[in-house]
Amino acid sequence: MLSVNLSEGARRAYGGDGNVRLPLLALLAKEPAHGYELKLALEQTFGQAYPSPNIGQIYVTLKRLEQDGLVRSEDVEQTTRPNKRVYELTPAGRDALRAWVSAPCDGPRVRDEFFIKLILAPMAGLADRMELMNSQRRHYLGIMRNLTELQADADPADTPARLLIEGAILHLQADLDWLERCQEELV
Amino acid sequence: MRRQRHPRGGDPPVTPRPGRLPAPPEPPGAPPLLRASKLVKVYRADGVTVEAIRGVDIELAIGEFVAIMGPSGSGKSTLLHVLGGLEPATSGEIWLRGQRADRLSTAAWAVLRRQHIGFVFQFFNLLSNMTVADNVELPALLAGATPRQARKRREELLAELGIADKAGAAPARLSGGEQQRVALARALANEPSVLLADEPTGNLDSSNTRDVLRLLRRAHAGGQAILMVTHDARVASLADRVINLFDGMVADDAKVVPIPRTVNGVGDVLEMRG
Repeated sequence: MLSVNLSEGARRAYGGDGNVRLPLLALLAKEPAHGYELKLALEQTFGQAYPSPNIGQIYVTLKRLEQDGLVRSEDVEQTTRPNKRVYELTPAGRDALRAWVSAPCDGPRVRDEFFIKLILAPMAGLADRMELMNSQRRHYLGIMRNLTELQADADPADTPARLLIEGAILHLQADLDWLERCQEELV
Repeated sequence: MRRQRHPRGGDPPVTPRPGRLPAPPEPPGAPPLLRASKLVKVYRADGVTVEAIRGVDIELAIGEFVAIMGPSGSGKSTLLHVLGGLEPATSGEIWLRGQRADRLSTAAWAVLRRQHIGFVFQFFNLLSNMTVADNVELPALLAGATPRQARKRREELLAELGIADKAGAAPARLSGGEQQRVALARALANEPSVLLADEPTGNLDSSNTRDVLRLLRRAHAGGQAILMVTHDARVASLADRVINLFDGMVADDAKVVPIPRTVNGVGDVLEMRG
């Protein structure tokens, strides 16, 4: 099953594989920065909405972006501390960023693991459709309970977090509505 | 009968909640609050027969919150109306607090309903020619409360629901969310044993839904038993149990089991279904 909120493109950029390439490019488009500043900026922008990437992941990603010619860096001397490496966007980086921002994200998912089970399992004599739908509905409702509690507890000032939860809730509601449609047509 | 909400000379009053104080623990072997068995409802008109409810068994315990879901036409609203005595059952039994209700005369059913059942509907059904205050006080007055008791209860409820300043307004002057809060106050005015709600958020936008949700949660936490028909999974997920109705029959009846919360909270919203 694909994720609730992020298109595959966004996931590649900032998702399950831990890749923060495009968000880092976007932050560097504003001004040059070093690794730790970028980590802080991500945290400030997204609040609780996304897990904070660890600093090692950010350094590794910056190095790869540099190898790909999307950023360049220089050491800046500091009097009391070790030098810090400041990164800035290259014209190629700006093009990559622009292409990412302007490309539409994937629409609703068309393949759904549960749906494949629902169609195939009864054909294979492995399960009853009503039972499958009932157990899936119970699972969705359990997730929904969790989300409504998260929503009630969310910091009202943390707009990205609130919107993310609301998005997840709306997707889940659509999943349940669709389950109902499957029930109407398939049972 | 109204309960004493603030014991005098005892502990300081608890934060007022919509609905009643926590229900007393159910004595062992006590009958369920509401029970129906082999319930059937058939509509006949112009030679056409529609079996809306086809043999439903259902129970609601004291203080329990049960949601009824199911596709349109599955008989959800009909079930609620029959359980609440708004329409007669074709056959089967309905028991309310250990008393057989479906054999009562229309008048006796109405009295029982007034004492023990509160209704909330999708379209609020407020009396348009009366003020908000009068809408909320009316059920208490009908149930025999003094005007003073009814007014006090209304003031408490409207304050709890955040619409105290609307008491003198006509319902039509209020937003949908406010009207539904008034309807909720009216339904809770007699501290009913059970609140029957038919798509109470069906006509509300997202933020008003959240408000009504919060109020229902509080009422339930305060011991209010609720039986609610809903399409809204947010609302249903707050219930103790969800019944899925399909084709006039119970297709599923299961407790809502929250999926354990993950360590990163909101950050894991994405990962939970990955």
